[in-house]
Amino acid sequence: MQRELPRLITLVTGMFMAIQYFIPHKHSEQFYQTSLDWLIIVGIFSIVLGIASLVNLHVNKIQRRDAGTKYSYILLAGLLYMILSAILTGTDQQSFFMKGYIAVLNPITSTMFALLAFYIASAAFRAFRARSLIATILLVSAVVVMLGRVPAGEDLIPGIAKVSDWLLNVPNMAAKRAISIGLGLGGSATALKVVLGIEAPHLR
Amino acid sequence: MHRHRRGRGLPLVAALALLPLLLLQASAALAENAAEDPPAPRPPLDLKAVDTPNDRGESVDLEWRPSPDEADPAAGALLYLIERAQAQAGPFERIADAPAGTTAYTDNSVRDEETYYYRVSPRGTGGGTSAPSAVAGPVRSTGQWFDLRKLATLILTFLFCLTVMVLIRAARRGKTFYVRPIPGLSAVDEAIGRATEMGKPILFIPGISVASEVATLAAFTLLGRVAKKTAEYQTPVLVPCADPIVMTIAQEIVKSSYLDAGRPELYRQEDVYFVTQDQFSYTAAVNGVMLRERPATNFYIGKFYAESLVLAETGNVAGSIQIAGTDEITQIPFFVAACDYTLIGEELYASSAYLSQEPPLLGTLKAQDFGKAVGAILIVLGVIMAAFGQTWFVDFFRVQ
Repeated sequence: MQRELPRLITLVTGMFMAIQYFIPHKHSEQFYQTSLDWLIIVGIFSIVLGIASLVNLHVNKIQRRDAGTKYSYILLAGLLYMILSAILTGTDQQSFFMKGYIAVLNPITSTMFALLAFYIASAAFRAFRARSLIATILLVSAVVVMLGRVPAGEDLIPGIAKVSDWLLNVPNMAAKRAISIGLGLGGSATALKVVLGIEAPHLR
Repeated sequence: MHRHRRGRGLPLVAALALLPLLLLQASAALAENAAEDPPAPRPPLDLKAVDTPNDRGESVDLEWRPSPDEADPAAGALLYLIERAQAQAGPFERIADAPAGTTAYTDNSVRDEETYYYRVSPRGTGGGTSAPSAVAGPVRSTGQWFDLRKLATLILTFLFCLTVMVLIRAARRGKTFYVRPIPGLSAVDEAIGRATEMGKPILFIPGISVASEVATLAAFTLLGRVAKKTAEYQTPVLVPCADPIVMTIAQEIVKSSYLDAGRPELYRQEDVYFVTQDQFSYTAAVNGVMLRERPATNFYIGKFYAESLVLAETGNVAGSIQIAGTDEITQIPFFVAACDYTLIGEELYASSAYLSQEPPLLGTLKAQDFGKAVGAILIVLGVIMAAFGQTWFVDFFRVQ
């Protein structure tokens, strides 16, 4: 029963959601909206589980004096600050909660995102080494596309923008669509396996 | 004083004398203005009101041909006043205005199963409203129980499901299916073995999306296989999650896998943990784990966005073997550039069948191949028919 009931719930809700896609009627729409609302409610409750897991992990790390304990202290202090500042000063623009968000979290996450540029450069350096015929084709295509995207490229080699567009819109697009078709069928097959209970790794 | 009295009488006489002249001038001015006012434009033609097809209900579509005077700048219709009534004789209530050039309007303020009548009146440049169009109706709005535009999708989905069932049945009866070698999946055992030899943990990242994402479901399947192997080899597996529901399911999967491997005592719940839902905070935390723990093998399976390359490059710096798979097409090149093995496209969903070789799973894998073959045939047919002007075939498969 412990395994059959979740399988049955998965089957029934999975079938309903699949059928709902073909029914535009407002009752079907209401059912879908209610499902989404429930998903949000379950998600909110699950946040409590997530925070409990996070706190438990870092408290254990501190108790065991593992490597990187200082980061655990910082994390717990940050968590406590955000919770207490929201409770005590609210969440409006002038609150300590928003100050923490705007002055600390935003710049840190923006910095992480900005690092991506350097990672792209280092990955491109490795990927674009002409070690084989295929790698050389990749290198040449990348140079053409990059030059075709900037005004200086067209000034240096007239017509390169058109070649760049062709590379993006024809061979690149064909490959992307082929992958998309495979993903669509693979995704449908996986969904079907889960709905029918053929594949349920969490219910073994 | 006497002189003064005579002086007051003269302007009165003059004003009386001028009055007819003033009246004449005023009437002339009015006549001139009347001549400048354009005549009210003629009403629009062929007004039709129908229940909006393939919709949720509570909607009526109106369509008309523009007023013949719309193009005439002198008598041009600037505005169409759309009116609605619940009886043919009225009273009509103005529900919306549409600018000149409009020939259609959707009324979303109706109630289902009630009768409505519509008419449209053009208002000209002079502000005059002409006679309305002929009344259209009666029309009743109803919600549809099937969207006809999705008929092709329904047929193809049904055929695909049927193919899956037939092939699962065939596989269960002993029919063998060939599965081409997938280097990324063949390397799973080797990667786990390497971690065991090095005495280092394995890092499994199930993407940063939610549990309902198909890519995350594929990640759960592979996590089950990896966790079972790590339990057999007594190698720890770390699973940092970006979603609490994903964490809960991942904990159950790893626990079940350790139980299946006969090593339930090795399972540690805190190895499968929640980090944060914030994309780059999660990235920073996982990068920290990579650089501190130096895992021997990193798996990136699931939904990834801009953090994919930051994670994979850090793993590369940490010297880990890396196996990645995502359904996010824009991130696949990043994984190809930075990882040792990348599962491209549907290879991501083939992992369970490939690693377990279980008949039902192999059957679904073969059904995907049939699906692709049918897709390719339909594309070629569509191109040929469109080239000969037969667009109905392509239109049948178009989902608007």
